[in-house]
Amino acid sequence: MSSSSRLRRLRHPSTAFPTFVAGLVAMTLSACQRHDESKAGPVGAVSSPATAASGTAAGPFKVAFAYVGPVGDAGWTFAHDKARRAMQQALGPAVVTSFVENVPEAADAERVIRDMASQGNRLIFGTTFGYMEPMLKVAEDFKDVRFEHATGYKTAENLRTYDSRTYEGAYMVGVLAGGVTKSSTLGVVASIPIPEVIRNIDSFTLGAQSVNPRVKTKVVWVNKWFDPPKEGEAAQALLNAGADVLMQNTDSSAVLQTAEKNGKYGFGWDSDMSKFGPNAHLASAVIDWSPYYEKAVSDAMSGKWSTGATWWGVKEGAIDVVSISGKVPEDVRKKLSEVRAGLKDGSFTIWKGPIAEQSGKEVLKASESADDKFLHAINFYVKGVEGTLPSSK
Amino acid sequence: MEALSLFVAAALDSGTVLALVALGLLINERAGVVNLGAEGMMLVGALAAFAIDVHTGSDGLGFAAGAAAGAVLAAVFGVLAIGLGANQYATGLALSLFGAGLSAFVGMPYTQAQLGARHHFAVPLLSRVPYLGAALFEHHPLVYVALALAVAEAWFLFRSRAGLLLRAIGESPESAYALGHPVRRLRFASVLVGGAFAGLGGAYVSLVHTPLWVEGMTAGKGWIALALTTFGVWRPYRILLGAYLFGAITMLDFYLQGRGIQVSTQLLSMLPYLATIGVLVMTSRNAAFVRVNMPASLGKPFRPE
Amino acid sequence: MLRLERREQPPRALVAAAPLLALLVTAAVGAVLFALLGADPLRGLALFFVEPLGSAGALAELAIKSTPLILVALGLSLCFRASVWNIGAEGQFIVGAIAGGGVAIHVGAHPPRVIVLAVLAAGAAGGALWASIPAYLRHRFQASEILVSLMLVYVAELLLDYLVYGPWKDPEGFNFPQTILFPAATRVPRLVDGLRTNIGLPIALVAALVVWVFLFRTARGFELDVFGAAPRAARYAGFPERRTFFTALLGAGALAGLAGALEAAGPLGQLTPHVPAGYGFAGIIVAFVGRLHPLGVVLSSVAMSLFYIGGELAQSRLGFPKSLTLVFQGLLLFALLACDSLVHYRVRRRPAPVPPANAGWAARRPPAG
Repeated sequence: MSSSSRLRRLRHPSTAFPTFVAGLVAMTLSACQRHDESKAGPVGAVSSPATAASGTAAGPFKVAFAYVGPVGDAGWTFAHDKARRAMQQALGPAVVTSFVENVPEAADAERVIRDMASQGNRLIFGTTFGYMEPMLKVAEDFKDVRFEHATGYKTAENLRTYDSRTYEGAYMVGVLAGGVTKSSTLGVVASIPIPEVIRNIDSFTLGAQSVNPRVKTKVVWVNKWFDPPKEGEAAQALLNAGADVLMQNTDSSAVLQTAEKNGKYGFGWDSDMSKFGPNAHLASAVIDWSPYYEKAVSDAMSGKWSTGATWWGVKEGAIDVVSISGKVPEDVRKKLSEVRAGLKDGSFTIWKGPIAEQSGKEVLKASESADDKFLHAINFYVKGVEGTLPSSK
Repeated sequence: MEALSLFVAAALDSGTVLALVALGLLINERAGVVNLGAEGMMLVGALAAFAIDVHTGSDGLGFAAGAAAGAVLAAVFGVLAIGLGANQYATGLALSLFGAGLSAFVGMPYTQAQLGARHHFAVPLLSRVPYLGAALFEHHPLVYVALALAVAEAWFLFRSRAGLLLRAIGESPESAYALGHPVRRLRFASVLVGGAFAGLGGAYVSLVHTPLWVEGMTAGKGWIALALTTFGVWRPYRILLGAYLFGAITMLDFYLQGRGIQVSTQLLSMLPYLATIGVLVMTSRNAAFVRVNMPASLGKPFRPE
Repeated sequence: MLRLERREQPPRALVAAAPLLALLVTAAVGAVLFALLGADPLRGLALFFVEPLGSAGALAELAIKSTPLILVALGLSLCFRASVWNIGAEGQFIVGAIAGGGVAIHVGAHPPRVIVLAVLAAGAAGGALWASIPAYLRHRFQASEILVSLMLVYVAELLLDYLVYGPWKDPEGFNFPQTILFPAATRVPRLVDGLRTNIGLPIALVAALVVWVFLFRTARGFELDVFGAAPRAARYAGFPERRTFFTALLGAGALAGLAGALEAAGPLGQLTPHVPAGYGFAGIIVAFVGRLHPLGVVLSSVAMSLFYIGGELAQSRLGFPKSLTLVFQGLLLFALLACDSLVHYRVRRRPAPVPPANAGWAARRPPAG
């Protein structure tokens, strides 16, 4: 802004602006008197209440997905999108899907989800915890649309939650880690200290201890789900501290790449990351959301959808360990197959006592099996995990 | 002790990115131009380097591409801020947004790609020295380039005629212009150099530090590099030291966690930023010291009429 | 060699038209981009510029998005007019949200409705406090406010993280980093039932009016402007420099903090690590595009919000990537800076004039020989 023209304007202010503002304020305040009748969609075309209420809409069944990260993250969001495409493929032209990526877990999420609802989508998937409150609000305004919230804990008449038993995947790669490690020190690059992640760290350790009781696990928290440079640096710190096999609960391939760079080992997480670490990759613990997506969409289309909370694992085909490297010794591989088969037919339980927490106090008595309630509330490290949990108070 | 030497190595690795970018920015700042677009230039450099490396398999070409991409983006800045005399701060900000968006957009097909096997570098003989070897002599060549760069810049700025001219332009472009020097052309050149190094720093991130491409992968390092030029009072060695210090503090959090020591990670992560403010305060306190070192025309557009 | 020649009196119409021209240029480039991406350019442009204005609900969303931008950019325009380069508005926004949120979660379940005023006031106070740090450090140690305020953005983010992961975490929240939901009485009241617009919008507009009055009708405002335009003249005239930059920074901090509290107690309803939404940085662009004038700021906030929302729509309707929004924002600012420059300067092609031998620095050297 040039100085002389500004100074010139200082001497001749206009009254245009105050008038304009006064007008705007008057307009907005007068809007308070009117009450908007239709509570339907804010942005864009609004589906009329009639078609929305009936079960059969003309045309294909519209399903929308909200992703927190980029589809190209090679991890969490990539897994969801892969499943979306598989579901679309399986259900054919009767279903039409769309997605919005990089939707932040804040006020913007509500707008995006609300827009999805008003665009005629009959089923909306929100793929991260932080969409919980926004989805609840939109669900209240769109009673005829169904909502599915991943990893959350609040439900409504038309909103239910779904999740995958990632701890089963963590346990299985733990078995491999225990069998491969030479230093008996494992490392985990962890994201945010919520029960799911702590449970995964613990399950990983339990799995490793089942083949190598001397194993110790070190943990570094990056406080982010997705931050490749930080994840790489955390991985380096773990390797420097003596770990030779790494696991992660974060979303990029940086941890595996760092292991590769250092000539050590690592696992893929959420998706198959084998090509990111040709020498380092031992296996990938993957989530396959497609069986659930297929069921959810089919149920919604045929009127069988109802609220609740679903938690699927190996048994239902949601969790698996893939691309197991040739470097894993035969006996360890066999053990993994046994575990997997046991999880599949329900004969094997990971969280079965005796299990002790870090201080030695027993949390599960011998032969006692943990129920889902126990699993959801895990807030402690098991024996063998080093360090202190970032505590709340 | 071994953990300590590995920690030093990690700090050097992390600090090199900052050093490369900050030392490049020093050149254009010494000429009086502030380019806030460092983050954008780093990101396009990172993407260009990664993409070229994926297609050609050559790290060298990758680094060259990164530097070139950074310079091209810097040229856009130069045309606006120097050629048209636009506000440098606003133009730089626009550049950082644009660079971030452009790299994310163009980079979409590369998020699933990966590079060939990474080399492990070690200086012969010296890397065998116990502890010191692991700490200092097992790094990628660019780490040593950053060191050499600081030395070269110190010589260039304070012991060469060309450097003297650059500093003169930074102190008083009007005077330099009156003496017949093509001030705007030289400033433009300095901006290109700054951009090239920012791009090179970005290339280091995507080719060496974390060999992959993901949008926004520099995660604020460009802004820290900008702070470093002030932190180092526009002197190359101080900037280099500041960069390593930052690298160390960044790694300190993870290092302590790896040893089982739990400090509140958020409070620990604040350290680099608080440290910058602290040093800023200490160095600015002495107004004379700052006046001597800070280019007087920094941020002011020069429009010969 | 291209030379820039200052226009003596840039026609006012042209000056006012520059932002519109920039918008047109950006739209044109956008149309080309859409076509290259295989989408109908007109549909793409409609998504950005028409649809977000197309219904009451859409306008409500636009208002929600513009409100924080208006407030932040108003404060920044104060600063930039005084040549105080406050890059840390994002940090002031965050601390405002923390302060407002802090009040909201500590007043118990059923406070009186006026508590909203306390929440907002706390937000403004928090933001002003955060901005007072660079102000003080500049006053006492001549430390650059650019860097101090920028570093404080990171510190503010980490402070928010520390609070929601630690002392302020919802004990019933399964250890997720978030505070309790704010009690209903502390939530910012809505303007219209069924739409998300809240009283933040009239507050922002009133703020714009207040800033206008301050800048163009008070002596302090005048001083602030002169400090930015001609600092030496201001000092010579005896204008108080310290009071000016404190006013600018504290004012900007209060406005950004108010925006933060409005966001936290409005659409968000709790504190999470996701409070920082980039308004502090987008506000810088909005301030410039709005030519640092309150009216311009309001209009350019709306334009910028169009870009944000249009970007989301382009994603969900056309499958475009999110990065496009950033590209457009950068392009808009580039176009504006270019148009702005061309409005005030003519481009001429002529040889570089030989600098007069007896002028300037050279003249002060003793004659040779």
